[in-house]
Amino acid sequence: MLETFIDDLPFLVEALINGLLFGGVLALLSLGLNLIFGVVDVVWICYAELVMFGMYAIFWLHADAGLGMPLILASVLAVLFVAVLGLLVHVLVISPILGTPPINQLLATGGLLFFLQSLATLLWGIEFKNIGLRLDVLTWMDMYFSYARLLAFGVALVGMIVLYLFLTRTFLGTAIRAISQDREIMTLMGVDANRIYGVTSVVGGGLAGLAACLLVLQYDVHPFVGLSFGPITFVICVLGGLGNMIGGFVAAFILSEIIAVGGFYAELEWGYVAAFVIFIVFMFIRPQGLFGSKS
Amino acid sequence: MSLAAIALDRRPSLPLYVYPVGLVMLLVPGLNLTGDWFSYLFHITIIILIWSFAYTSWSLMGRFGLVSLGHGAFMAVGAYGTALMWNYLGLTPWLAVPISVAAAGLLALVVGYPCFRYRIVGHYFALVTLALTEVVRQVINATRDHTGGSLGYTPNPVGDTATLMERLVALQFSDRTVFYYAALVIWAFGLYIWWRVDKSMDRYAMDAISEDEDAAASAGVWVTREKLKITVTSAMLTAFAGALYTQYQQFIAPDTVGGITISLQIVFAVVAGGIYVIMGPTVGAIITIVLTESLRIAIGVSMVGLDTTIYGVLLVLFIIFLPKGITGAFLDWRSRRRDG
Repeated sequence: MLETFIDDLPFLVEALINGLLFGGVLALLSLGLNLIFGVVDVVWICYAELVMFGMYAIFWLHADAGLGMPLILASVLAVLFVAVLGLLVHVLVISPILGTPPINQLLATGGLLFFLQSLATLLWGIEFKNIGLRLDVLTWMDMYFSYARLLAFGVALVGMIVLYLFLTRTFLGTAIRAISQDREIMTLMGVDANRIYGVTSVVGGGLAGLAACLLVLQYDVHPFVGLSFGPITFVICVLGGLGNMIGGFVAAFILSEIIAVGGFYAELEWGYVAAFVIFIVFMFIRPQGLFGSKS
Repeated sequence: MSLAAIALDRRPSLPLYVYPVGLVMLLVPGLNLTGDWFSYLFHITIIILIWSFAYTSWSLMGRFGLVSLGHGAFMAVGAYGTALMWNYLGLTPWLAVPISVAAAGLLALVVGYPCFRYRIVGHYFALVTLALTEVVRQVINATRDHTGGSLGYTPNPVGDTATLMERLVALQFSDRTVFYYAALVIWAFGLYIWWRVDKSMDRYAMDAISEDEDAAASAGVWVTREKLKITVTSAMLTAFAGALYTQYQQFIAPDTVGGITISLQIVFAVVAGGIYVIMGPTVGAIITIVLTESLRIAIGVSMVGLDTTIYGVLLVLFIIFLPKGITGAFLDWRSRRRDG
């Protein structure tokens, strides 16, 4: 028993480190969703589908069949594209129903989920597509790590820091934080809430686009790819305390480690099962999330 | 009128249109019409009845603001439970369906109790139940050696030469009429449960809870218990719908009876039809299914995805412009006309 454990140890460490790197991707994914939730108080159920559109945008701009742009340029354009999509989601769907029960807003973005999935099917078909780029694998002490994941991890960290600086050091960021603390008072102070929501949606969409740039390096894109990482993204945001970005960051790594270890001892799906079950149980212990304050 | 008087007012008062419509629905199979077109319409009617029942079951709790995205899980438990017990244990659906339904009820109890005890409401409740849907979907995928995973699963067929007795045991019939009547009865049963809840004291308790939980609790409403009652009932009926779907379609997959898509589909249809009226979920099922089917026929396979693209746009428009659903908007319009 102990011997097999020691024999397995290097593989377990490899799984743990890969889990850590996967956590970076999840953290980046949950960043934008969390920002939008914290400020606009709406759950974008279609968030992962925006990421999917970003992935398609990169594919279309970069791949030979498309425009054949350099990857970096395609990525920048994709981030801008998804940021615009974020603005459209807010202006066309959320803004008209801001005053209605929160569940209507959640459902409206749920309708968008169907719409975006189908539109992707219509435009690009259901085939799995990839940009045909496979980054090298890093070998270190007999363990294998993909550069794509290392890159995602690094970008997630940088994205987190830049977002933090934006929110704390700029005038607009301060306005965003203020409105997330008290909607009514801030409008009385002369802040145009709808404009702040719009800006937040653009930033949130941009973060979804950034996540798309990193995901497209590791995964194939197809119209239903959002379903495979959408639910885990919501769960991360709730576990961290909806709207709490540091909480979401920590939660991403906790869940990614659970998935990695579960996937190491059994199949990957069991890792996900464990992550969701632990999440549900955790919600009973601390409904306000990891770092949320009781309200 | 006092609360007690309202609660005691249980006189059945069915609207008049129910009788002719009900008579037609009972007699249609007797016409013994044949032809592809008729058998297609017949099939769609059965599908509408099954989903209407599932949607009505969801709306039992949805109307009180308990927005569950976990009904994909309950439906999958009912569907897979029935099929797996038949294939592996040789257990007839007569026993497997009650066991699966009870299992779904237990699952609702296990997840619901802490949710309500620790006051997980609103967004949080929706997302916790969404996680439950994912758990069930991933378990089906992880046990793909036994459940077929995402490729789907079929209960063992009894074969064409089976006797009537064998068919009764397996609850598999080549004649659609049997399923039509079964679905009709079960759908009516769902409406009856909805109506009973609507006339019960629990309904007033739940209304009070959805208005203000603290006030309801201080007025003596046992909040956790009331919510659990309605949730477990709703989950069990949804599982029953899943089992019925399995027996009729003889093919199930995680995406057709479970997962976030089905959970959302359920919520949408109810919202489209009308969440606060008895026929709302049924109208929702008719609208959404007729819409997808006619879009599918009109557009065909030449442009895969166009039909559901239009469907998605319509869903968003519905929620923005008709938040009370078609039935709710119609009733509002009628009462306005009556008053004015």
